[in-house]
Amino acid sequence: MSKKAECIAMLLAGGQGSRLGILTKNIAKPAVPYGGKYRIIDFPLSNCVNSGIYTVGVLTQYQPLELNDYIGNGAAWDLDRANGGVHILSPYQQIKGSEWYKGTANAIYQNINFIDRYDPEYVCILSGDHIYKMDYAKMLAYHKEKNADCTIAMLEVPWDEASRFGLMLVNDEGEITAFEEKPEVPSSNKASMGVYIFTWKKLREYLLADEADPNSSNDFGKNLIPAMHNAGERLFAYQFDGYWKDVGTIDSLWEANLDLLRPSVDLDLSDNSWRIYSKTPVSPPHFVSDKASVENSMISEGCTIDGEIDYSVLFADVTVEEGAVVDSSIIMPGTVVKKGAVVQYAIVAENAVIESGAVVGEKPENVANRDDWGVAVVGAGVTVGAGAKVAPKAMAGEDVPAAK
Amino acid sequence: MIRAKEVLAVIYSNAYDEALPELTNMRTMGSVPFGGRYRLIDFALSNLVNAGISKVGVITKSNYQSLMDHLGTGKPWDLSRKRSGLFLLPPFLLGDTGTFDNRIESLKGNMHFIGRASEEYVIIMDCNVVTNLSVDELMKFHEDNGADISVVCKHGKTPTLSNLMTFDIGEDNRVNKVSVGAQPDESDYSLNIFFMKKALLERLVNDAYAMHKKSFATDIFQANVDTLKICAMKSDKFAVSIDSLDSYYKANMMLLDSANRACLFNKARPVYTKVRDDMPALYAIDSSVKGSLVSDGCEIKGEVINSVLGRGVKVEKGAVVKNCVIMQDTFIGAGAHVENVILDKNVVIKPGKTLVGAENFPVFVGKRIVI
Repeated sequence: MSKKAECIAMLLAGGQGSRLGILTKNIAKPAVPYGGKYRIIDFPLSNCVNSGIYTVGVLTQYQPLELNDYIGNGAAWDLDRANGGVHILSPYQQIKGSEWYKGTANAIYQNINFIDRYDPEYVCILSGDHIYKMDYAKMLAYHKEKNADCTIAMLEVPWDEASRFGLMLVNDEGEITAFEEKPEVPSSNKASMGVYIFTWKKLREYLLADEADPNSSNDFGKNLIPAMHNAGERLFAYQFDGYWKDVGTIDSLWEANLDLLRPSVDLDLSDNSWRIYSKTPVSPPHFVSDKASVENSMISEGCTIDGEIDYSVLFADVTVEEGAVVDSSIIMPGTVVKKGAVVQYAIVAENAVIESGAVVGEKPENVANRDDWGVAVVGAGVTVGAGAKVAPKAMAGEDVPAAK
Repeated sequence: MIRAKEVLAVIYSNAYDEALPELTNMRTMGSVPFGGRYRLIDFALSNLVNAGISKVGVITKSNYQSLMDHLGTGKPWDLSRKRSGLFLLPPFLLGDTGTFDNRIESLKGNMHFIGRASEEYVIIMDCNVVTNLSVDELMKFHEDNGADISVVCKHGKTPTLSNLMTFDIGEDNRVNKVSVGAQPDESDYSLNIFFMKKALLERLVNDAYAMHKKSFATDIFQANVDTLKICAMKSDKFAVSIDSLDSYYKANMMLLDSANRACLFNKARPVYTKVRDDMPALYAIDSSVKGSLVSDGCEIKGEVINSVLGRGVKVEKGAVVKNCVIMQDTFIGAGAHVENVILDKNVVIKPGKTLVGAENFPVFVGKRIVI
């Protein structure tokens, strides 16, 4: 038996993130690079450490190699601990056979033994899909204050976007009275952030019941939480106000990166009191040459800039040669943009090569039909040949031959 | 072939502190910030671990708080090990260990560490040399030449370091003469990277100490140049021996040249340092940066030309930073103008202030000073 912990976190990191297309071909969504030096999972992991939660189970399933390698022993987040720390929890074989994680609730169900080792009072369920800074300790205090069985973090979203979310109706006490899953006509704008705190005893009970129900799809949002609600358990909503973004689509990933360049956006990564930790690459400071011009951008260590950079986020070890232009784009580690190439309104994944004179993406104002416009994507390791074009909205998952 | 496993490393963190009094007032030579995100000791440590050497003793004499803070358990260099790893060796004023006033004394004082080690060879380094050395090459050189002692040297303008050795080197790489003291302007000077059998070092140090000898250069090298085969490996790569504030400034400025950077920083032998978890550098609208090296955590709203910026440096709107070396977390206020200046950590230049040094004589501003 390990040392008892008051609250432990379970981080659901098995998602494929299929809407991110070629960006998640070989990596799970939580491992997708974000913000110049981070990966999405750095946010929930750093939130845990900053909130005083030092025992974190990370549930992986889809393409776990890169994610497992990235998390390692957790040292980057100070989660290499004698007691607790970070644990990778993959599906495993049992005497009755082996099965994949069937749904979010089933993933936790399969790891009841792990949670029991720490004998916690509370369990915090997180997902590895969102960019936000949040103090889970405050939410836990709220959970205790309300004597709740389950507390769901919620965010007020603009009414016109509310129908895209799972919504909650809440009374004056903060108690949840009803749920609405992506309704056409929303009657609330309080959206669930996918962050839950459960009293472990209660959750354990409902996990067992949920597993025993052959009709259940073993999902927190669809099955387990409604079951608790129907049984009259105490479900509360905890209001969060601050920056929160689901980076589930190419457009939202692109936007969330560029949000870092907008002073009006409430996401300060330089805040010492709430540091976002990550594995820092071993590279020298970046170099901006005499020929370069850099404005309104974020640039990481190891980059060499001879071209023109505007409104873009460059990850570590990116090279932008003389005369090349990078505008309103996200360039992931190790990519080379050669002489005279143009990358605009695009996401270029790791270790890609944009040969000279190639054009990736297009400015929205230059596209006749607005529906044809979208962020262009170049996959990891892809070479876009000299003079070739990657159209807006296109995804280049294979090498693009040079223009004749 | 000599294997890295058979090599013990010893680094002097305080050597030549007196050459850089401004920067070593509160720290060791090893913990002097360099090249934006590094400390000088990072180069020595990285050279060693890149060759697979995993037992490193760091001899330190005074002012070593910042060094201890930087090194921690040695984890960033992969030297936090169950076996071997990093050992910090301060003086402990017990019996005859002395206060590490000279090289011989500090080696003698650490004979318990050196003597007990099971490694067959020893490599000794200082921290004031910035280079990316292939220690593998040095080991091969030592073996190929059948040397008793191998030393790395560089041809060029002789640094003005006290007791620095310069060599007359024969065709066969053998050192025929060791000069100490009055030096020619140009020479083959020692970078103070020594490689030899550990038993030989123990014998030389014990003999010299017994005779109350104090100088590594005269009493060990000069005295034994005829009896021992001392061979010098000439470095033709980027290698700077920092001997003054001026050369510290110039060495930083040399990193603005891409050929020098390519030589010092390469993927095959990376330079490791303690990480700080800063966000990437942020460039504002209307900022302008030319010919500069910029570290993570910087926020630039003004103009930066031909400078090296450490981590977390802030340059406010309308400020101009030209030909400067700026260390971490220093703040340049709106409209301020700094030129040919070295700013230590956490300096504040208030809005509108002007501070200009000369090209051959940079102005230095100490830690936490507000101007």
